[in-house]
Amino acid sequence: MDGPPTRSFQRGLAAWMERHSRLRLLLLLGLPLGALILIYFGSLAILFLNAFWQRDTFTGHVLRDFTLENFLDLGRPVFITVTLRTLVLAGAVTLTCAAIAFPIAYYMARVASPRVRGAMVVAVLMPLWASYLIKIYSWKLILSEDGVLNWALTPLGLRGPGFGEVGLWLVFVYLWLPYMILPLFAGLERIPSSILEASADLGARSWTTFRRVILPMAIPAVVAGSIFTFSLTLGDYITPGQIASGKQFIGNLILADFGVPNLPLAAAEALVPLAIMLIYLVIARRMGAFDAL
Amino acid sequence: MRRDLAQTDVRLDHVTKRFHDVTAVDDLMLDVERGEFFSMLGPSGCGKTTTLRMIAGFEEATGGTIYLGDVDVTNRPPFKRDVNTVFQNYALFPHLNVFENVAFGLRRRRTPNADVRRRVAEFLTLVELPGYERRKPSQLSGGQQQRVALARALINNPRVLLLDEPLGALDLKLRKQMQLELKRIQTDVGITFIYVTHDQEEAMTMSDRIAVMRAGKVEQLGTAEELYERPSTAFVAGFLGVSNLLEGRVVGHSDGAIEVELSGGRRVRAASEGFADGSTVRVGVRPEKLRLEATTDEGQVARAANGSNELVGRVSDASYVGVSTQYVVRLDDGQDVVVYTQNLDISGIGEQHSEGQQVRLSWLPKHTFVIASNNSQDKEMTADAHA
Amino acid sequence: MGRGRIGRLGLLVATIAVLLFMYLPLSLVVAYAFNKSGTQTWPPTGYTLEWVNAALANRGLKDAFMTSVGVALGATLVAMILGSLAAMGVARHRFFGRDSVSFLLVLPISLPGVVTGMALSTTFATTDLPLGVLAIIVGHATFCVVLVYNNVVARLRRVSGTLEEASADLGADSFQTFRFVTFPQMRTAILAGALLAFALSFDEIIVTFFLAGGVKTLPIWIFQSFRLANQVALVNVAGLGAILLSVIPVYIATRLTSDSATVGRT
Repeated sequence: MDGPPTRSFQRGLAAWMERHSRLRLLLLLGLPLGALILIYFGSLAILFLNAFWQRDTFTGHVLRDFTLENFLDLGRPVFITVTLRTLVLAGAVTLTCAAIAFPIAYYMARVASPRVRGAMVVAVLMPLWASYLIKIYSWKLILSEDGVLNWALTPLGLRGPGFGEVGLWLVFVYLWLPYMILPLFAGLERIPSSILEASADLGARSWTTFRRVILPMAIPAVVAGSIFTFSLTLGDYITPGQIASGKQFIGNLILADFGVPNLPLAAAEALVPLAIMLIYLVIARRMGAFDAL
Repeated sequence: MRRDLAQTDVRLDHVTKRFHDVTAVDDLMLDVERGEFFSMLGPSGCGKTTTLRMIAGFEEATGGTIYLGDVDVTNRPPFKRDVNTVFQNYALFPHLNVFENVAFGLRRRRTPNADVRRRVAEFLTLVELPGYERRKPSQLSGGQQQRVALARALINNPRVLLLDEPLGALDLKLRKQMQLELKRIQTDVGITFIYVTHDQEEAMTMSDRIAVMRAGKVEQLGTAEELYERPSTAFVAGFLGVSNLLEGRVVGHSDGAIEVELSGGRRVRAASEGFADGSTVRVGVRPEKLRLEATTDEGQVARAANGSNELVGRVSDASYVGVSTQYVVRLDDGQDVVVYTQNLDISGIGEQHSEGQQVRLSWLPKHTFVIASNNSQDKEMTADAHA
Repeated sequence: MGRGRIGRLGLLVATIAVLLFMYLPLSLVVAYAFNKSGTQTWPPTGYTLEWVNAALANRGLKDAFMTSVGVALGATLVAMILGSLAAMGVARHRFFGRDSVSFLLVLPISLPGVVTGMALSTTFATTDLPLGVLAIIVGHATFCVVLVYNNVVARLRRVSGTLEEASADLGADSFQTFRFVTFPQMRTAILAGALLAFALSFDEIIVTFFLAGGVKTLPIWIFQSFRLANQVALVNVAGLGAILLSVIPVYIATRLTSDSATVGRT
């Protein structure tokens, strides 16, 4: 097969690369992984280094002298309280999201007709991507003293939760809910009908089938969704500031120390949510959550 | 058709299933007897799987009544029916190990733990998988998963076991082995099996009786032998093995046999009744029932002295396939006849009849079946349609 | 099966309730954008286009909007290139640590935003690189890559590798195979991933905040306006715009990928 002469160089190069598939792989992966490792993991490493340095108490500048003081500071009661408060909040948000997501995800995956299902996937996706700040803002409108919620509840003799921890929990659930619904939907959709039929065939009623078959099989998907609900709650400093300004959470505590400025302390503190999420991710991966993503 | 109620395990009484405007199962009447290995055989879309799923309770019948024993179960959910299913893709619970998969049904009935352990061990032994309790389904081969699915269903001691093409995903050798094993297990446990398959050989190997289904109806029901030797329609003749069908007209009756004049003018006899003189029919004979001899005396054959039917033609194709040699013989009137000869008389290489060789075909009237020639679309399903 | 029907009805009611929960707050912002009084009290007093016109005339808002569009386009372009390259490497090769590539790529988006932002900001400060639009683009690109990558990998897994073998068998070299076989298969997946990347970048604030160095993107403008009483009415309008500009690309992205579930793979 004789190609035109202008083509021969290209073909030669192509043939050479065909023989050296390792090299082709290096060309493909080198740039994206190299950039990611250099910029992202390099930055994390620099942040990690800063946690071992000191701060000039007058200028706030970083002095490159080794110390473990910043890590010892993590033991102070206020940091522990804030960390635990944030973890409880993240856990509560995750569980609530899972509980709310299950019925709608189940409906989408196993009840709705294909057309309705497609429309509902879009309906769940769009709020996921709709402006994050505006979603927070909408809840400020809802929760405020003369907002929608109180307007609706007052005739019933009730009051909304207002701005505070309960309101924050509600807003976080609202913000991250689609992140739970979508993987859960995908996970439930993947369960073959014959598995559910087999369960019924072997004498299990609907509730038993749900508890013994559907729920355990959906766990990886729930864990996949929880990566986002958990991580986004840990890493957020804007929502707590807007909805529960009186209370500190780990995100705005780190931001405050960063702004002091006390970078070494902020860096040491940042390692806590980072470590929590890394452990979380490794466990999630073991549980097969990455296959469910 | 009605049999003694006590002996019937499953009865379908005018059962119909429609999906929108498609009738999958059409006014089906069927009795399955206690302890028999019953197969529903047919091409895809014939309604066999839908029928099975209605018995299991996965599909609601559009009309008719389904009895298990003498109990009407038509409107019962699957978990209230005393039947269990072996699914085509096994449908093992991926999150449970082999032990818990097999124990699933017992646990639903709150069987004490000690009993569960004993029974599971017993049934894993039955399917020859002891020691696999802690494995997950993903760690098993297809054949092993198949056995687990079988144990999981059988352990509940159902009145009827339903099997939906359970061997479809296995390779040929394993499938043959599992066929024999299924038959052994069925004999051991004595439970009624209803087996759905599109593989005629599989159905014939295992079944006591076979219902050949087509377009939502039972085309013919009988033992493997009855269906093979005496198919009542061209569809059955073509679906179970290869058959030669020759057009003809009934010209006479004599002591339990009829005489048919073929379109080429030759007459053959068939051990069959119930066809009026003058009616058009098709005469069938299986390829392995034909004897084939080289001949030179063209046109002399009328009927041999021993009462055999005889035809003359020329070999148009010969293929050696090891256990037999398969010939296509073109008759004088242009019809093709397929002949399988055992390679008994061949002592060396190259001793088959060669193409163009003039041959005489002979076969016995008792090996001849006759089917009514009324359904024109049957013609497509005849002869070598189903090798 | 009466119980089944009741269960199904309950499921439907719960589903509708969740959809209302997701959409009512957003529709509230839309309603306020046209509210006569311009305050945050409920119920609205009447209909007006005053705030829409004011927002369209607002210089700061317009600048912030254009900055965000520029940033999102830049980050999207980088993500498209890097994400597609990585996807081709992973989907069509076998190598040690292949599973870890996905894990590495998903880390920037799944680790806490405040950490990512602070780490990048510290790096820029340490290396004396300036904060601003370029810094934001780099920051956004790190977590946008995975959106393109996931979409393209999912597509390449669905499209059998035998297509490429067939192409080679028919005499095409690897460049021709890429151009005439692989790329046409990937095209819509890349575009879908790119639209998601655009929507995410356009909307991002947690990390952006650390990298902006005085540059105002639309989310930063909105965030700062929360505190300014005279701009609150404009926030609703800006919000409406922001919702539309993230939702429209996502809607198109779902249309582009037949397997819509992959769009949710963030």
